[in-house]
Amino acid sequence: MQHYSGFGLLKHGLSHHENWQRMWRNPVPKAQYDVIIVGGGGHGLATAYYLAKVHGITNVAVVEKGWLGGGNTARNTTIVRSNYLWDEAAWLYEHAMKLWEGLSQDLNYNVMFSQRGVMNLGHTLQDMRDIHRRVNANRLNGIDGEVLDVKQIQEIVPHMDCSANRRYPVMGASWQPRAGVARHDAVAWGFARGADALGVDLLQQTEVTGFRISGGKVLGVETNRGFIGAKTVGCVAAGNSGVLAKMAGFKLPVESHPLQALVSEPMKPILDTVVMSNHVHGYVSQSDKGDLVIGAGIDGYNGYGQRGSYPTIEHTLQAIVELFPIFSRVRMNRQWGGIVDTTPDACPIISATPVGGLFFNCGWGTGGFKATPGSGHVFAATLAEGKAHPLAAPFTIDRFISGKLIDEHGAAGVAH
Amino acid sequence: MLHIYCPHCDEYREEEEFRPKGEAHIARPADPENTSDEDWGNYLFFRKNPRGLHHEQWFHSAGCRKFFNVTRDTVSYEILETYKPGQQPTVTAESRQAQASAQASNQGAAK
Repeated sequence: MQHYSGFGLLKHGLSHHENWQRMWRNPVPKAQYDVIIVGGGGHGLATAYYLAKVHGITNVAVVEKGWLGGGNTARNTTIVRSNYLWDEAAWLYEHAMKLWEGLSQDLNYNVMFSQRGVMNLGHTLQDMRDIHRRVNANRLNGIDGEVLDVKQIQEIVPHMDCSANRRYPVMGASWQPRAGVARHDAVAWGFARGADALGVDLLQQTEVTGFRISGGKVLGVETNRGFIGAKTVGCVAAGNSGVLAKMAGFKLPVESHPLQALVSEPMKPILDTVVMSNHVHGYVSQSDKGDLVIGAGIDGYNGYGQRGSYPTIEHTLQAIVELFPIFSRVRMNRQWGGIVDTTPDACPIISATPVGGLFFNCGWGTGGFKATPGSGHVFAATLAEGKAHPLAAPFTIDRFISGKLIDEHGAAGVAH
Repeated sequence: MLHIYCPHCDEYREEEEFRPKGEAHIARPADPENTSDEDWGNYLFFRKNPRGLHHEQWFHSAGCRKFFNVTRDTVSYEILETYKPGQQPTVTAESRQAQASAQASNQGAAK
């Protein structure tokens, strides 16, 4: 693998940037692998990367029906934070946060991780009680967090309307300074390049059409390019996880919903942090290119169509304009939807399944991007050992039978 | 935006008047006291979540405030029929498969 550096950039500049190496190969599938990862998004590629790097398992294929990082990895709003309420969730997301902090160096690929802080606003007394509770819980878990009052908020975001006579006055906020944003595509590409360099085969335009299962154990996957064998298969397919589970003959406690986002025309710098509000329900940040990146909640109905409905967009923008009247005449450039797999308790599933050798990493719902390196790291360990990594252990499918849910819904004040 | 036919109001109304309420035809275990954890968990949390035809409940929250059922395609989002609670769908995955060769003739919502 060609090492990227400032000097390299200069050197390639002399040859008009015509001699850059391809970032990854486009190999022909082998008949047999040690591990197959189904799904070539951020989480799947991270899993493959850590399998090869941490566990030395390099005979690995990532099977992707479209192109790498073309699903939710390309569609999210790039926010990274770890201020979750419950211990299990907080540990998992904080694990990811620590990996984010060294990720560009680790991958030798600039993922443009920018710790510009994330602010979760409170608009009611109950919001503020929840914020205090969550910040205290975070600090007990060693995660940075502060409660800001209105004056402090105004210093950080002077353009937000914090006047007391709004319908939903801003009363305070939680603030995680280490949180921020990362360049979503670069995360997928960086992990893909790193995994490929370690010998992982990235098989694009290879769609899984079924699993070959014998005696309750998985033998491999049937694809549009023929059968590919592996004794261990990990599925990381976000919104289509339920479809894969059905092929394998069991159900998952997930429902697929459209989640929309939109970006505005590029503007001069106006917002250098991430502002989220669960109460008016919207969140906004400004990308390096200058466009406002805006998102909110899912469309309520089940859907696989990678688009949502206009009322949801309208509600999202109402929330943004409520917070930032100054944005009311900003024109929106693009709007899109991704399919998220939501669980009843808003926490992921990283778990063995009724089929031996078949593992699922899914149910990240609306907030999977922030966990990308952590999710890949613990899922790689789970696949390598054949049993759950300690951080992944609470996130089994069985919790929906035993009742040991990790109820992050609402409790964390999460607008993802 | 979806235009949804409310079988109670006998009218098409805009999506914003309605709230989706998830999968329809889920039977509550008849004897909760003697239901196993597994069956109870399945009843509470495990849904069909199909890629294709979905029978689901909707609530006419800004209208008659009654529940009804909808058969909808979760990929195209096309609504194939709406019907009252207690009734069974006429469009199902099986019936649609049989019809598939006969040309897509499902326009608008059903009555």
